[in-house]
Amino acid sequence: MTKSNQIRFTPEILRKGIHGDTMTENGCEYRERVLTMDTMNPNVKRVEYAVRGPIVQRAVQIERELKMGIKKPFTEVIRANIGDCHAMGQKPITFFRQVLALCSYPDLLEDGKFPEDAKSRARRILQACGGGSLGAYSTSQGIEMIRQDIARYIERRDGGITCDPDNIYLSTGASDAIVTMLKLLVSGEGMSRTGVMISIPQYPLYSATLAELGAVQISYYLDEDNCWSLDISELRRALQEAKKHCSPRALCIINPGNPTGQVQSRQCIEGVIRFAAAEKLFLMADEVYQDNVYADGCKFHSFKKVLFEMGLEYSEKVELASFHSTSKCYMGECGFRGGYMEVVNLDPEVKVQLTKLVSVRLCPPVPGQALLDVVVNPPQPDEPSYDTFIKERTDTLATLAEKANMTQEILNQVPGIKCNPVQGAMYTFPRIHLPPKAILEAKEKEQTPDMFYCMKLLEETGICLVPGSGFGQRDGTYHFRMTILPPKEKLKIVLAKIKEFHQHFMAQYS
Amino acid sequence: MMSENGALPLRGKVLTVDTMNANVKKVDYAVRGPIVQRAVQIEKELKEGVKKPFEEVIKANIGDAHAMGQRPITFFRQVMALCTYPQLLDDNKFPEDAKNRARRILQSCGGNSIGAYTTSQGIDCVRHDVANYIQRRDGGIPSDPDNIYLTTGASDGIVTILKLLTAGEGRTRTGVMISIPQYPLYSASIAELGAVQINYYLNEEKCWSLDISELQRSLQAAREHCDPRVLCIINPGNPTGQVQSRQCIEDVIRFAVKENLFLMADEVYQDNVYAEGCEFHSFKKVLFEMGPEYSSKVELASFHSTSKCYMGECGFRGGYMEVINMDPEVKAQLTKLVSVRLCPPAPGQALMDLVVNSPQPGEPSYQTFIKERTDVLSALAEKAKLTEEILNTVPGISCNPVQGAMYSFPRITLPERAINEAKAKGQAPDMFYCMKLLEETGICLVPGSGFGQREGTYHFRMTILPPTDKLKIMLNKLKEFHQKFTQQYS
Repeated sequence: MTKSNQIRFTPEILRKGIHGDTMTENGCEYRERVLTMDTMNPNVKRVEYAVRGPIVQRAVQIERELKMGIKKPFTEVIRANIGDCHAMGQKPITFFRQVLALCSYPDLLEDGKFPEDAKSRARRILQACGGGSLGAYSTSQGIEMIRQDIARYIERRDGGITCDPDNIYLSTGASDAIVTMLKLLVSGEGMSRTGVMISIPQYPLYSATLAELGAVQISYYLDEDNCWSLDISELRRALQEAKKHCSPRALCIINPGNPTGQVQSRQCIEGVIRFAAAEKLFLMADEVYQDNVYADGCKFHSFKKVLFEMGLEYSEKVELASFHSTSKCYMGECGFRGGYMEVVNLDPEVKVQLTKLVSVRLCPPVPGQALLDVVVNPPQPDEPSYDTFIKERTDTLATLAEKANMTQEILNQVPGIKCNPVQGAMYTFPRIHLPPKAILEAKEKEQTPDMFYCMKLLEETGICLVPGSGFGQRDGTYHFRMTILPPKEKLKIVLAKIKEFHQHFMAQYS
Repeated sequence: MMSENGALPLRGKVLTVDTMNANVKKVDYAVRGPIVQRAVQIEKELKEGVKKPFEEVIKANIGDAHAMGQRPITFFRQVMALCTYPQLLDDNKFPEDAKNRARRILQSCGGNSIGAYTTSQGIDCVRHDVANYIQRRDGGIPSDPDNIYLTTGASDGIVTILKLLTAGEGRTRTGVMISIPQYPLYSASIAELGAVQINYYLNEEKCWSLDISELQRSLQAAREHCDPRVLCIINPGNPTGQVQSRQCIEDVIRFAVKENLFLMADEVYQDNVYAEGCEFHSFKKVLFEMGPEYSSKVELASFHSTSKCYMGECGFRGGYMEVINMDPEVKAQLTKLVSVRLCPPAPGQALMDLVVNSPQPGEPSYQTFIKERTDVLSALAEKAKLTEEILNTVPGISCNPVQGAMYSFPRITLPERAINEAKAKGQAPDMFYCMKLLEETGICLVPGSGFGQREGTYHFRMTILPPTDKLKIMLNKLKEFHQKFTQQYS
């Protein structure tokens, strides 16, 4: 309600109506902005991304307070909210950085300190760049030579199943390609609006993007009691339900899983493929953690490989997009924003549209493309850098495996915390039992109970996690996602502090 | 649909041109459109040994400086190498000033690595440096680092702001005013977002200047069918190269205030100013020099990039935007929105830091830096002039002065018969012309229809980037082709 009794009837107001112009103290009219919460894109308002959401903002604030000398029950904030390996002390692979440095400043090709295998890769990459420079735009699909190298990598990984470089699209991290595919898939209105099946729990890029695009989110629940495995009957249930109000067109699966860490069995993957074929769903396989497999008996099976091993009846039909990235695995090169997708059985006319769409943003970052090239083209046994490379890679992966195991063990010792095995990826997603009094207090504060829990944890210990509500979970259950990335000694301390906090929290709210 | 051997009907795909996102189908981006695809094909044919009237394709379609032989700035690449492989900090081949900048950047990175994610808004110290650069550039007018968002090239920031602005339905759908001609990122994004494109024509007779009366005309017309909310301006201009006068910028700002429009100022060519009497005036600076009546009101987003100017580092995808007078709640939404994509590429952020924090007098790298920068910019100025001069000697080609940026956008007169043949082929006449040029000379340009132009006029956009000698040859081939074409279709 306006307090003014002196409204200037400008054309603007006549056109838009009066909505609460307020008077400033000196009586001058306050001009309403063009871009406000009311006039902005409503879909954007629905977007949420918990991994960098409110709890992280509070963590950043606390870091500032610590810097200013404010006393807290801890001396540092531990950012266990995001899969950012290097930030948590993981070292880059030497060979990769050597090649990138050579590409950035080719004068170094004269420098005797760099090994020949690094130099020859740098030369090869630069030859494929416009003007021999990383600073030139590349083609929008990505440097052709790199796409060829990726195709060969995929062929080797998948036991020789052919990969066409023309089906490879380099991207700005995997996120970019995932968003692009979802964008292509979204159409229709009301009952014919595109529905996209995503796992609950899921990595919130998916839910955020669906909100932004105004697509319909179709949630299928992973089975917590069975190590977060996927039940085809649950897929069926979710799909049937969804058909009543939208047009389901895509099924997204993250394997190894984020936040849940499960590595799907081959059987399960076959089941998903059969389901997608039968129900006419476009399959999106997010495989960015494909090297992060720790548990005995678990193995990564690419959707592409399984699809083709299932024979022509499936491999000629199922439309599939698989995603990979330089951010995870043993590289941890998040900041480079390197990634690719492989599209299989994409309609040729749609593929033309896809190529056109990505051309508007010109090209993915060339340093990220170059990095991807060395990832799929690492030192071979007969090359000078091989031993160091293998050692660094093995150490990183072995450390992650150790930490995965340790995390699960320690958390399972805490009454009220139950942690499924961290089979792969980089996170643990334990279930926490919260006393009714705590749940009530959270609701009074209009916080989800696990946000309430995580906020208290942050304020009391400096440990920053992401509440399960940010990823999705069954009603009435609570979780948090914690990375296994801090160095082992620090991780032990973090886990011990969480144990202590949980016990204290339970006691406090009993 | 039966397969060839008469077997069961082919299964229809899930994702077809009928089921896909309708807006995406409306997107066009001529800079990498059909003519470029044909150019790439021709390159392949040449490689295979197919005989042609030329030996190489000249890609004068895209503002890709390094691809056309421009060298990177040594200092920038030294710092990038140091950031990438910090062991080099012990290498005495690198100057101290490069090492200092690398150390400072790395200290701001998680785990001291450019492989870590950064905050979504961009590395803190880089945003501070960007703010300081803006302040220096704008004669001391303060810039708040918190209003700076680093982006994946300027394109990323532009799309993000357009996305925020797009709302409403039917008559209340957001209308976006863009210049004709324009850089087709704008028309493409508007199509993708389903916003309404509102064209305002630049004045070709007056060196592509902007007329407020034309802004007024286009706005009035637009109000009949949409809700105009934003005005985009590219200065220096792309494809047209004009550098707007200070007066014009003031007028645009006054217009934006009067008509309640969010201003988007694309200033990626801010160092590319060649013509005498022309000067770059940032919208931010002019806005604040006009006093609080304007500077406290106008919502402005200004964009910059590492891709143009004297750096030409397109592949690094570095960029930033500065937002002025943004509603604080909307700003929170903006920060949230960019967080979903985590962060812009860290190498691009580091590079942007060097651009705004380049070697100073007294530092070891200063001399070389200044020389390299001056050489690049003066070569561009020379080529801008050369291009304008040579093209203007061709009857039927009329080229406005290339005041700035990296392109010429000459008007071509096409004979009636050519226009008819084009239309019979379902091609825009300037596409028909450019295709013939490509097939006969290997020169790849972008037809004016890709950027927009007044009805019945035809243009092409050509970069001024090839090395001077090659550029001369190219311009002469163009001259020859035009004369032949005009004759052929008379």
